[in-house]
Parts: sequence; structure tokens; C-alpha cells
Amino acid sequence: MAPRNFVRTEIIPAQPPPAGTLGPLAWLRAHLFSTPANAAITILAVLFLAWTIPPLIRWAFVDAVWTGENREACVGAGACWAFVRAKFDLFMYGQYPPAQHWRVNVVGLLFVAGLVPMAIPAIPGKRWTVLYLLVVFPVAAFILLRGGMFGLTDVPTTRWGGLLVTLVVAVTGIVIAFPLGVLLALARRSRLPLIRVLATGLIEIWRGVPLVTVLFMASVMLPIFLPSGVTIDKLLRAIIGIGVFYSAYMAEVIRGGLQSIPRGQYEGAMALGLSGLQRTWLVVLPQALTISIPGIVNTIIALFKDTSLVLIIALYDLLGMIQSATNDSNWAVAQVPASGYAFAAVIYWALCFSMSRYSLFIERRRAAGRPR
Amino acid sequence: MSDTADKVVSQRSSEVAIEMAGVNKWYGAFHALRDIDLTVNRGERIVICGPSGSGKSTLIRCVNALESHQSGRIVVDGIELTHDLRRIDEVRRETGMVFQSFNLFPHLTVLENCTLAPIWVRKMPKRDAEGIAMQLLERVRIPEQAAKYPGQLSGGQQQRVAIARALCMRPKIMLFDEPTSALDPEMIKEVLDVIVDLATDGMTMVVVTHEMGFARQVADRIVFMADGQIVEVGEPEPFFTAPRHARTREFLGQVLR
Ligand SMILES: Nc1ncnc2c1ncn2[C@@H]1O[C@H](COP(=O)(O)OP(=O)(O)O)[C@@H](O)[C@H]1O
Ligand SMILES: [Mg+2]
Repeated sequence: MAPRNFVRTEIIPAQPPPAGTLGPLAWLRAHLFSTPANAAITILAVLFLAWTIPPLIRWAFVDAVWTGENREACVGAGACWAFVRAKFDLFMYGQYPPAQHWRVNVVGLLFVAGLVPMAIPAIPGKRWTVLYLLVVFPVAAFILLRGGMFGLTDVPTTRWGGLLVTLVVAVTGIVIAFPLGVLLALARRSRLPLIRVLATGLIEIWRGVPLVTVLFMASVMLPIFLPSGVTIDKLLRAIIGIGVFYSAYMAEVIRGGLQSIPRGQYEGAMALGLSGLQRTWLVVLPQALTISIPGIVNTIIALFKDTSLVLIIALYDLLGMIQSATNDSNWAVAQVPASGYAFAAVIYWALCFSMSRYSLFIERRRAAGRPR
Repeated sequence: MSDTADKVVSQRSSEVAIEMAGVNKWYGAFHALRDIDLTVNRGERIVICGPSGSGKSTLIRCVNALESHQSGRIVVDGIELTHDLRRIDEVRRETGMVFQSFNLFPHLTVLENCTLAPIWVRKMPKRDAEGIAMQLLERVRIPEQAAKYPGQLSGGQQQRVAIARALCMRPKIMLFDEPTSALDPEMIKEVLDVIVDLATDGMTMVVVTHEMGFARQVADRIVFMADGQIVEVGEPEPFFTAPRHARTREFLGQVLR
């Protein structure tokens, strides 16, 4: 029994933990075999992987055909990467004239030149990078891609296709959806009832309609309402449709972030004499957007994947191009569709996965710099 | 400060910093402030105390229009508070407020917290604002924390940053709403010391607090509130030794043991 009265005379130094709580074996025991049920699940999972992974590797690499001119090359049981190679330019550029592909490549380089300094926090001059990405780049990209000026041959958007269309629709869609989403989220929390009702109405309408419907309306119904003689490019209509549609989702994600900002933040800013606009811009939005990063990235990834729906209004994005290429009678062989779709999946996955990892990186960075 | 602001100041030669006359406030049907009459002179230090829910926060928050009153007159530094947003902004520029929960901006460093309002509201050049902010951080004894984020500081340090942030706007009046109630006991003193220091300097201030030792030490007058009303106002000596109202005696009996 402990004594009733006690005064410590010496301090106990820190000691290492008991043996067997550190090291790889201890880790295995704690994480994979901690209970009989856990052990069973671990074993089943390993068996499942052993059953699925080797055939996949055999199909994608060992038995795969890498070169060939037509379907004769791909009669085996492996993937037909020869098909992807033969159609690669089509998948990237669509019907964009091959002699002009360099213009698309330059636009791609210009984009990366803005994206990299934007994405790496250590690179200074973010203000200029934003200016470049939001003003200089779009103008340059439009001139280069569309042509018809400065001696560049005119390439109508009907000839654009493949990954080019996917990225154009996704990037422009995000550039529309994000600021519009912020505005809608703020408007939905406005003190003015009219603005609030209007924002709520817009958000609920867009969220209540499937994207496919929005795209059909953009391609079929919009021209009916426009005065005759006025035509809006089909690609542009699809972009606006997707951008506005996703702004509703973006708004709800950001509204969640706004709601989590405690009242005290507004009051602290008010007491300092900051105006309503300053409170929002300097105090509330930076915090709300940081909190919303996972949701925002989630929405961006969803938007990115949903660009593949433009196929239904006869725009040929990456997936559309691949699908139409599988119909080529030169390549009418069993392995071709699977190979084409696997290629599409890998590209979509690589792009979405990097976005997801990047958002994790940013979240961790924020958390490290600003513990609460 | 701009020319026009200087002119307005010179017109307010009066000795009165805050005047509340017949102020009433309701939250829905709940009568939170009832016929409040209170005049605070320049340089005066007022401590407001009273049981929880008696309307102390509501009163002090009416002074810088964080809450709006429904009847009566509130004049702060010669500016009458009406629904006119420009006047509200003007009053908020002249009054600093310190909250129980600090309300620092977690996404900004300590220094940025202090310079935000001077830069955006006073339109001060960044360098000048940072100079003033460093001076005031020194005054609250934490200049070495300037580059940290609020989340990295202790409660007492955060509250001292909040005081420095309010002072950076060079306010004429400081409002404190229970500045030490959210703090661990060992941090209360470091914050009170800073407030006492300000009081010694002649700052006009209204402090809601339960720290009776502090009240006795710095207050020129103590206001006791209960049920949304001012029950008793008096100088510390008579207030503590010979409270006149029964509610005051009951309250003091509970807090001074
Ligand atoms: N925003 C509000 N809405 C409704 N009632 C409120 C609100 N704020 C305060 N009250 C009520 O007004 C009364 C006074 O509150 P408060 O001024 O915060 O008291 P104190 O600061 O003296 O504890 C309390 O009964 C409280 O419940
Ligand atoms: Mg209170």
C-alpha cells in the first residue's frame, strides 16, 4: 500500500519500453495478426492478391504485344499496346491537324510552366504566377489552339479531340466552377434574403439535375433560346455546362467550410473595424478554403472524370477517341477494346491520383505550420 | 490618421468617452439590457461585474456595435451609434476589444494578426504597421513570438497578442470582456499585469471581470449588474466595504470568500 504522506527524493529517468514492442515483427503482429479474425482477413487478402495480380501482370506485360501495324499482331492472349501506339496521336490530339500538333504541345508546356511554380510552395512570386495562369496563359492558349490570327492556321474546335479536349474542358471547367462556387457559397449565407434565396435556388437546381441532362440542354436547348444567327461553340457550351454544374457542388463544399468558422472570428475582425468585404476576404475565406481543401479536391477530381460525359454530345475527349478508335476495322480484334480502355483508365487514374496526393501534401503542410 | 478624422477629434473636446442613456436591448422577447445609464469619462477605468447572464457582455458589446440596441442613446468618442454603417466603422476604429476566447486569426502569424487592421483599415504602409506592432508586442512582453502562429502559443500569450492586436489600431477606448476567464490559473497574472500597465498609462477602459483583486487595484468605479440592469455603481473602497444594494452584498458574499 502506498504511504499516506510522501515526498519524492529522486526523479525517475525515462526508460526504454519492454522488449517486443518495437521492430518489424512487433509491427506485423500489431497490425496484421492482432486477433484471429484479423489474421484470417490478412491471409484471405494475400490469397486474393496472389490469385489476381499474376494474371494481370501476364496480360499487361508478359503476353502483351508492343509493336504491330494492325489486328494481325494482336491475336494472342495479351494486351494490344500496339493499338495504343498506332493511335497515340489520335488519343492525344483528336483530329487536330498533325502539322499543327506543336501548337498543342506549346500550350501544354506553357501550362506546366505556370502550374509548377504555383504548386511548389517554396517558389516565390505566387502573385505573378496567378496573374500568368489566369490572364496570360488563357489568352495565349486560346490564340495558339484556335488559330486564325497571327498567321496561325484556323483549327475549329470540332477538330479538337482526345486528351486535349479532356484537359481543356477540365481546366476551364474548374476555373469557372471554383470562383462561382465561392460566390454562391457566400451568397447562400448572405444576410439579404433575396440573394440568399437566389443562391439557394441556383445551387439546388443544378444539384437536382443529372450532368447528362445539363449537357443535352447545353447542346440542344440553348441554341433554341438564343436569337437566330447567334451560335455558341459546342465545346464552349459543354464547358459552361460542366463549370456551372460543378459550381453548385463546389458551393456546398465551401459552405461547409464557412460554417465551421467560429463566430468569434467574425467578431474579432469586426471589432478591429474591418469592413464586411475585408472580413470575408482576409479572415473568413482563407480559413474556410483551407478547411475545405479535401472537399474541393474531391469535387475537382469528380469534375475531371465527368468530362468524359461530353461524349454524349458528340465531343471526342480521350475516352471518346479511344472508343471510336476501337471501331476501326483494321484493329477489329478481341484484345483491342480492353487495351484501349485500360490505357484510358491509367491516364485518368494517374492524373486524379496525383491531384489527390498533392492535396494531401498541402493539407499536411498547413497542419504542420498552423497547429491549433 | 487622415485630416478629416483629426477634425472630428478636435470637435470632441468633451471629457466624456462613452455615454449610454436609457439603453434597452432585447434578444427576441428577452429583455437583456434595461434602461442602462452609464457615462465613462476619458481616462476612466470601469470594471463591470455581476452574475453570469446579467448582461455584462451584451452591454460592453453594444459599445462597439457588435450588438445593436433598440432604444436609448449610445455615444462613443462623440459619435452616436445609429444604424449608419459608417459611424459603426468609425466607432470600431476608435475602440479596441479583447475577448474571453482571444479570437486571434489562426491562419496568420502573430505579427500579421497585429498588422492586418492597421494596413487594411488605417491604410498604413506595411513597414510602419510592423514597426508599431513590434513595439506593442514588446509592451505585452512577447516580441520573440512574432513569427509564430497563435496555435503555437499558450493561452496567456494568445491573450496578450490579442491585447497588442487591439492596441495596434491606437484605440482611444479599450473594452475587455472577461479577458482571463478562459485562462489556466498560472497565466491569469501575466495578462492582468499587461492590463494594469495599460491602466496606469491612462487608457480609457471598460473591463468585465470576476477578478476582484484586479478591480480593487485599478478601477475608478465598479458597475454591478444583475438581470440586465445596473444595480449599483461605486468607487472600489465603498463598493467592497459597504455595498448598498442587497443583490450586491449577495454577489460579493459569493465571489469574495
Ligand atoms: N445572441 C443571443 N441570443 C439570445 N439571447 C442571448 C444572446 N446573447 C446573450 N443572450 C442572453 O442575454 C443574457 C445576457 O447575456 P450576456 O450579456 O452574455 O451575460 P453575461 O456576459 O453577463 O454573462 C443571457 O441570459 C443570455 O442568455
Ligand atoms: Mg459574458
